[in-house]
Amino acid sequence: MKHESIEINSALLIILTLLVISIGGLVEIVPLFHIKGTVEKVDGIHPYTPLEQLGRDVYVREGCYLCHSQMIRPFRDEQLRYGHYSLAAESQYDHPFQWGSKRTGPDLARVGGKYSNEWMTQHLIHPQSLVPESIMPSYPWLMQPLKFGDIEARMRALRDVGVPYSINQAEYDANVKKFGKALADQFVIANGVASVKEEAASQNWDGNPKEITQMDALVAYLQVLGTMVDFSKYNQGYFSTFR
Amino acid sequence: MSANTVAITAEQYNYDIVKKFAIMAMVWGLLGMSAGVYIASELAWPFLNFDIAEITFGRLRPVHTSLVIFGFGGSALFATSYYVVQRTCQTTLWGGKWLPEFTFWGWQLSVGIGVVLYMMGYTESREYAEFVWPVDLGILVTWVAYATVFYMTIKNRSQPHIYVALWFYSAFILATALLHIFNNLAVPVAWNSFDSYSLFGGVQDAMTQWWYGHNAVGFFLTAAFLGMMYYFLPKQAERPIYSYRLSIVHFWALTFLYMWVGGHHLLWTALPDWVGSLASAFSILLLLPSWGGMINGIMTLSGAWEKLRSDPIMLFMITAMAFYGMSTFEGPMMSLKSVNALSHYTDWTIGHVHSGALGWVAMITIGSFYHMVPRLWGTKLYSTKLVFTHFWIATIGIVLYIVSMWVSGIGQGLMLRAFDQYGNLAYTFVETVTFMHIPYVVRALGGAMFLSGMVLMAYNLYMTVWGTRREVMPVADQSALAATRT
Repeated sequence: MKHESIEINSALLIILTLLVISIGGLVEIVPLFHIKGTVEKVDGIHPYTPLEQLGRDVYVREGCYLCHSQMIRPFRDEQLRYGHYSLAAESQYDHPFQWGSKRTGPDLARVGGKYSNEWMTQHLIHPQSLVPESIMPSYPWLMQPLKFGDIEARMRALRDVGVPYSINQAEYDANVKKFGKALADQFVIANGVASVKEEAASQNWDGNPKEITQMDALVAYLQVLGTMVDFSKYNQGYFSTFR
Repeated sequence: MSANTVAITAEQYNYDIVKKFAIMAMVWGLLGMSAGVYIASELAWPFLNFDIAEITFGRLRPVHTSLVIFGFGGSALFATSYYVVQRTCQTTLWGGKWLPEFTFWGWQLSVGIGVVLYMMGYTESREYAEFVWPVDLGILVTWVAYATVFYMTIKNRSQPHIYVALWFYSAFILATALLHIFNNLAVPVAWNSFDSYSLFGGVQDAMTQWWYGHNAVGFFLTAAFLGMMYYFLPKQAERPIYSYRLSIVHFWALTFLYMWVGGHHLLWTALPDWVGSLASAFSILLLLPSWGGMINGIMTLSGAWEKLRSDPIMLFMITAMAFYGMSTFEGPMMSLKSVNALSHYTDWTIGHVHSGALGWVAMITIGSFYHMVPRLWGTKLYSTKLVFTHFWIATIGIVLYIVSMWVSGIGQGLMLRAFDQYGNLAYTFVETVTFMHIPYVVRALGGAMFLSGMVLMAYNLYMTVWGTRREVMPVADQSALAATRT
């Protein structure tokens, strides 16, 4: 076929172009849903609790991902600075993913448990009060009340995209088996509002126990990041078999 | 569709819609680049965040990227594609008055509403696809209308051959539709809520996003602007394109290879190695068609190099090709796993993007606009001298930008992986932040220079269209103008 026949036929040009641009995505993306080892087999990963999920929504809203990654690479310096490299399994319930592409600030994939709630709150309200050289903006408005009236709608939408929040007994029982009773109770969509209140009251997140604030949710989210897997249970070579 | 139809005169083309898009491209360009200079300044002087949620870096950064890519770049592509498709098909734009008009309002409203919502905190957090789902739907409808206008105009062409610039615009339209749809699949929280959750999660979501993200660069910011290059560069040079065969190879290789390389944004991450390796290999291959295109553009001027001395518009276009060549060399290099280990997560990436976005995309657009705007309004360019000034301010601005980002990016990368003699980390993270202050100041300065150039351009074009019709052009340029058809 002469190339000229494409140049005088717009339908042919469209069809051939579509064909040519479809191949790359088909070969590289579709198998990720089917190859078993893509997401590692590991214990401990569970969906976010309703309060944590609302904190994650605040994280997305403020565009934190534009300066902080959540993806530790398998290098010695990153291991020393941040901890074990990130697993695909650790973000399997992340819709959308928050791996990020830029570190104007440090990686946050394993920030959970490294600082106290008090430090986190103070740092978010005024970063320079703790790290004078920091160029991070202050987020004083996070001390405003958290809107959580639509948490059940949010959980339902997340369930639609594959996060195992439960709407019936069978799903609840499956969650009890997989994540334990305490977590499974929090994953019941109908209990969403009650669960947010309960978890907000369970700890002193932001030093203001009277009100459920956006800070409560964000700190709860940050404190769970990277803490779900107990790496001491696995020998060193185990995770590299999946790469 | 007979080949011997009489050439259509300018009055029969729909220039009205081209003018509207061209004006909005300038408006969004000025706003988007101002946002860019502002967020660059926030990184250098963080007090500029002023504790105001709407203007913090995290919320303004998508405003910057969306305004320059979709506001400025998108409107410029609508304008030039509507211009080129009419001129090369020798027929008026299909769809009468209202359908092109619909694409105009659909696009401007989507971009405008989308960025205001970012500032209010509504985002999908997918880089360069942060628009919330109702805006995504608006874009989709607009895009279908755009494709219909474009392809129906081609169908009505009065000569058999579809010019090479249109292949590139066509690939851009098709690929953007494909990418936009699949990367924005999401379930809304409620019909009356702006929030939604992406259909895919974790590693699959990451790969889909960067398949989109890199091809927003590959098709929105490259293929389409190559279409611009293939029309306006030969026009301005008054010479045919250097090699027709090269443009064929360039087109098919580029469209095929680009779709494979998105994974190079996820090297060393939890994305399986096989995808990253494939993406790296295809990124290296991509160097070939990219440079084929660059050579095709630059060599078009062969035999008329003296134009670089007398014609600043040519200077913009050829420099754009040079930056295109440079960033398409830098890109594959950064896709090598060992280089990427250092460059990823640092400002090197930001500098690389801007050598492409400012050096290539903006400069070819600026050159094309200086060529097109006087022809649209049937007038002469107000000042050639100002175009020269614009060129030098813009070029120096870009160089400051890129060099400061090399220093900041490579510097931070090296500091973060440095160990002391006992094998401990040599620097804390915040020490790298302190180190980056001076590069950040220089970067803001470079960006401000580029923005000043755009202000000059806006003034020059304003005077060209609405200013006094003074004849201020040197005689040499008058003859160049006389040679043009409109």
